[in-house]
Amino acid sequence: MTATLSHNTPEQALIVSHIDLGLQRRYRSERRFRAYGIAALTFGILCLVLLFSSIISRGYTAFEQTRITLKVDFDPAIVAPDGNRSAEAIMGGDAFRFDDLFSATVQKSLEISPDDEDGLYDALDLFSKGSSPMLRQMLAQDPALIGTTKDVEFYATGDVDSFVKGSIRADIPESQRNIKDKHIVLITKLKDSGALHLAFNTGLFTFGASTRPEVAGVGVAAIGSLYMMLVVLSLSLPLGVAGSIYLEEFAPKNRWTDLIEVNINNLAAVPSIVYGMLGLAVFINFAHLPRSASLVGGLVLTLTTLPTVIISTRAALKAVPPSIRDAGLGIGASKMQTVFHHVLPLAVPGILTGTIIGLAHALGETAPLLMIGMKAFVVDYPATPLDPATSLPTQIYMWATEPERAFIERTSAAIMVLLAFLLAMNSCAVLLRRMFERRW
Amino acid sequence: MSSSPAPFQTIRTPDASPRPTKIHADGVKVIYGTKQALHGVSIDIGEKSVTAFIGPSGCGKSTFLRCINRMNDTIVGARVEGKITLDGEDIYNTDLDVVELRARVGMVFQKPNPFPKSIFDNVAYGPRIHGLAKSKADLEEIVVTSLQKASLYNEVKDRLQEPGTGLSGGQQQRLCIARAIAVSPEVILMDEPCSALDPIATAKVEELIDELRTNYTIVIVTHSMQQAARVSQRTAFFHLGHLVEEGPTDHIFTNPLEQRTQDYITGRFG
Repeated sequence: MTATLSHNTPEQALIVSHIDLGLQRRYRSERRFRAYGIAALTFGILCLVLLFSSIISRGYTAFEQTRITLKVDFDPAIVAPDGNRSAEAIMGGDAFRFDDLFSATVQKSLEISPDDEDGLYDALDLFSKGSSPMLRQMLAQDPALIGTTKDVEFYATGDVDSFVKGSIRADIPESQRNIKDKHIVLITKLKDSGALHLAFNTGLFTFGASTRPEVAGVGVAAIGSLYMMLVVLSLSLPLGVAGSIYLEEFAPKNRWTDLIEVNINNLAAVPSIVYGMLGLAVFINFAHLPRSASLVGGLVLTLTTLPTVIISTRAALKAVPPSIRDAGLGIGASKMQTVFHHVLPLAVPGILTGTIIGLAHALGETAPLLMIGMKAFVVDYPATPLDPATSLPTQIYMWATEPERAFIERTSAAIMVLLAFLLAMNSCAVLLRRMFERRW
Repeated sequence: MSSSPAPFQTIRTPDASPRPTKIHADGVKVIYGTKQALHGVSIDIGEKSVTAFIGPSGCGKSTFLRCINRMNDTIVGARVEGKITLDGEDIYNTDLDVVELRARVGMVFQKPNPFPKSIFDNVAYGPRIHGLAKSKADLEEIVVTSLQKASLYNEVKDRLQEPGTGLSGGQQQRLCIARAIAVSPEVILMDEPCSALDPIATAKVEELIDELRTNYTIVIVTHSMQQAARVSQRTAFFHLGHLVEEGPTDHIFTNPLEQRTQDYITGRFG
């Protein structure tokens, strides 16, 4: 039969159209599949954009904070009535003298008549309750200030902050807002004089827990999280890698190792709250480690991370071609030399990625930390991992339950800080992978 | 036939002037789990000569080769029975150190498998771990001589620090041979060393094998009968886990005594 391009007979035309039909169907199904894929991706990206825009739009204001600058006259007659200007003398004695100092400052700055007691209290309402202790601290650090005059930045209360940022609006009835009309008059006055201004909120990153939003920050939580990550890294990396190397390269393949493998995979799927219960029972109640300590938090998170590290390390070791092991053994390297000289270096990128992703997972873990008391009210920085601390996710959890506007924006801001940490860790994983990857 | 109850008899034709025996195998059986891959292979391999193992796929020739440096130890569920001696020393003796054995019996694999390190480090690795070089100059000398013996030196002398994986397939295989030579083995096992190479690279490796036989005992597994005919002095034909026939290469290829050998070398099966 001679092949021609034109369809001479009906049979030939039929055959060709039959083939065309089949191809059409296959192309259609491929296009359909691509469309599904794009739809799924679009949906995912939309969700991500929604999440981020919601968090950022709610939280970006927390990075700025209302401050009020007042001229303070450190009158020796008030702060050092007995003439002793040492730091000990300032930190000792009657605490009310610093309230007096602050009241005098406010009175003078806002030109409130000494007889107008109500007016003075209204004005004091605008300032953080931490203002007079702040003055005391300042003097204790530098007693030479006594007798001089200095501009000092005070924190406005969370409510004033929210009002200045517009999240408490003046157009709702006075009875429904914390900032009354008399306060608004004072705020306007301070604003006009230039004393009230917005500044970058460094306290958000340095302060510990506080019931007053203006002096609450994620400092303690960040240190707690850092300690926990150090504990997790220093335990789960060596334990996980050593365990996987043994299982993958040295252990005989029998029923026991199969059982261990199945159980490790199961452990990776155990809900983290269960690890929290375990941590509470074993580390705190049995081993009597301190409650709320980042060490215990780190130990519990190590348990949750270990299966992830083991699984990813084993996958990385499995991905090393067996010909490399043959090459090493064939030249007379011992099993150990083959693994450490040839197999492990090729598996390093995979191991690092797995570990960092496990760490990132641990950083965001909340439930087990609630069980071991890492949602305490911790004001002071933990000096060691044995001191009480909180963690970023539990801090977010605690702030999320506070009703004040200022805590709502701080909750979102803390989420942004946590996300920034996670992003940094994931970028680290990518960078390390690039750095250690060998051309094959 | 493997199913026949009568004991299997290998047909052997001795050399006109036999060489001293380097490797002696007696009734070697290999069982992978429940599957028996070798049914009692006995052979003497002469020193400083090339012995080729031929046979269809799955006949057990690679399995037998891997017994000689105990690479089968690394396969889960593999069991080796029988006796193999190297210079009269039982290599499956529990006193024998397998690492030392592999230093004496080097191996070149089917697919070139250089380490992902520099050319220099690839060759230097063996001498380093075995402590064969006393100084840096010593080590350099070993590397250079090994590369020269593998006729690769002239091609790579200007780029010893470049990765070995960047070489062409044939060069990579010669690098693997240089790596095996660097630890001064007595025996070199080659498992289809040219199956991943083009004809020109194959010719170079074959030429190299011919040169190496003056110093080393070489056992080569090959699928190419022409290759066996070109490089080897003795040939052993394996079929279904049995050593069917062994003898001088020219004898096997011109005057095989067994029907199956005849069928295989004339291309009737395999």
